[in-house]
Amino acid sequence: MSSFSVTDTSSRTKRIAGTLVIVYALITMLPLVWIGATGFKSPADAISYPPKVVFSPTLEGYVNLFTTRTRQTQEYLQNNPPTNWADEIVRQYDMVIVGPSKFGERFLNSVIIGFGSTFLSIFLGTLAAYAFSRFKIPLADDLLFFILSTRMMPPIAVAIPIFLMYRNLGLSDTHLGMILLYTAVNISLAVWLLKGFIDEIPREYEEAALIDGYTRFQAFYKVVLPQAATGIASTAIFCLIFAWNEYAFAVLLTSATAQTAPPFIPTIIGIGGLDWPAVAAGATLFLLPVMIFTIMLRKHLLRGITFGAVRK
Amino acid sequence: MERVASATPSPIAHSVRGLSDRAIAWVFVAPTIFLLLAINIFPLIWTIQLSFTNYKANRIGREVKNVGLRNYERILTDTDIWLNMQATAHFLFWTIALQVLIGFALAWLINKKFKGNDLWTTIIVLPMMLSPAVVGNFWKFLYQPQIGLFNYIISFFTGVEPSSFQMLGQVNLAPWSIVIVDTWMWTPFVMLICLAGLRSIPDYIYEAAEIDRASKWRQFWTITVPMVMPFLMLAVLFRGIENFKMFDLVVQLTGGGPGSTTELTSINLKREAFEKWRTGYASAYAIILFVTVFGLASIYVKALNKVKER
Repeated sequence: MSSFSVTDTSSRTKRIAGTLVIVYALITMLPLVWIGATGFKSPADAISYPPKVVFSPTLEGYVNLFTTRTRQTQEYLQNNPPTNWADEIVRQYDMVIVGPSKFGERFLNSVIIGFGSTFLSIFLGTLAAYAFSRFKIPLADDLLFFILSTRMMPPIAVAIPIFLMYRNLGLSDTHLGMILLYTAVNISLAVWLLKGFIDEIPREYEEAALIDGYTRFQAFYKVVLPQAATGIASTAIFCLIFAWNEYAFAVLLTSATAQTAPPFIPTIIGIGGLDWPAVAAGATLFLLPVMIFTIMLRKHLLRGITFGAVRK
Repeated sequence: MERVASATPSPIAHSVRGLSDRAIAWVFVAPTIFLLLAINIFPLIWTIQLSFTNYKANRIGREVKNVGLRNYERILTDTDIWLNMQATAHFLFWTIALQVLIGFALAWLINKKFKGNDLWTTIIVLPMMLSPAVVGNFWKFLYQPQIGLFNYIISFFTGVEPSSFQMLGQVNLAPWSIVIVDTWMWTPFVMLICLAGLRSIPDYIYEAAEIDRASKWRQFWTITVPMVMPFLMLAVLFRGIENFKMFDLVVQLTGGGPGSTTELTSINLKREAFEKWRTGYASAYAIILFVTVFGLASIYVKALNKVKER
């Protein structure tokens, strides 16, 4: 083959294409950058006109996000000097910190429910995907399609009977209830994606292991699992991101104990009136892990999105 | 080695020790099936059953009467629900149109393989990985008249007073405000699938076209577009289903308002089920929505398979 190929693009075309894509990327980033910046503004700076690009950063938003505060009399303020830097920030509005806010708890709920449901989806999903991939299961195709079609239901429609069922079983507003629900939603995609990954592993490896005296189960976890590790990892990320971002079920089925961060973050604004910096701070802390994840794991993730889609 | 392995008769490969393959298959599949039965199938059946009753979930003691098909009748003849359907159709049509156009264009540009295209692709993808509710909530801030960044930028480029229009508060603008945010979020999804399509086209097809002296323009319409079409149609299917279910982003942005201009079917359904507590009625509504999506998707998949066969 000659080194010249007609499909090579000229460097000028490349430059133009590159510029256009970068311009789009920068526009796309603007709202996200704005969230990040607003988190470090004072409430006054956040709502100033014209919007402030240069401002003196403050941690007010973050302090407000993590604490609850009350207004106090001048007398009280003078008699009780601020004890730490957070207190000092709050004092400029004649306020004192009275305790932690619920944000930490809600964030922790997101972590527990996210990881719990991801673990369960992957555990069950890998087993099912292996069985679908390797054994003859009656009506396998119909079953797989049916599993997938349950994702076409609007979440609100699913939530009606789940709400009634959980109320009867005492699973409303519990971590277990949310973990089971998110697992049920995720497992269809997990089985589908994982089956694709396991299909790609040659059967000969296991058959060789079986001849060597492994049981079927040993062959599964000593031969197949290590080979499918990448696929399992990228599927896990999709499950985790879904559970992390989910809002409709969370807002309808949880209210206190098991409430996750997405339904909670919008309510921050109500606590402090027009406290956009605190909302932005909460949003930043909530969105940042996903962004870092996406950038770090971009190779697997980008393949995963298209892979899962294209296979269907 | 491969040949040797596949030549081994498989009955021998089946170990006598441990569980039989058949048992393992069922042990492996059973938990998943059980979970789906409990949390997907059973609720679905229950919804169907509820849809024929006048059950209200907030009144536990009340007698539940069978009302036959009355819920369905009322929904299908309700003009307000047709307005919700229209709002949903507007949202679906424009988000898909814009996302296909921009997504395909971006994929085409990225496929020119300029330096650093990997990194920029990742940055473009970021919005679709984020929580729609949290992002939607923040876009509400960007859309504020006077103080919001969106209004400021529009006024900067067009000279219109930034306080003279309200993206979320005006009946003529609100439907577009949700289209804009959804397009911002989900264009990268269409882009990624198109990119997979573009990368699946082997170079030699273009080389052959070049030998036949087909112009670049002709190559684009006779090679690139038809080869990417199945991928593009798949992306449309996914976006269509997702946006038909749309709830979180829009509920946070507009809450269905002003009036009910952006009250998509999912939001309306939530009102009926969890605010008015008309559980039976809402169940019928849910079934109608499910049948609609399922029906449309099936027809679409048939069309998609035809395109693939060509």
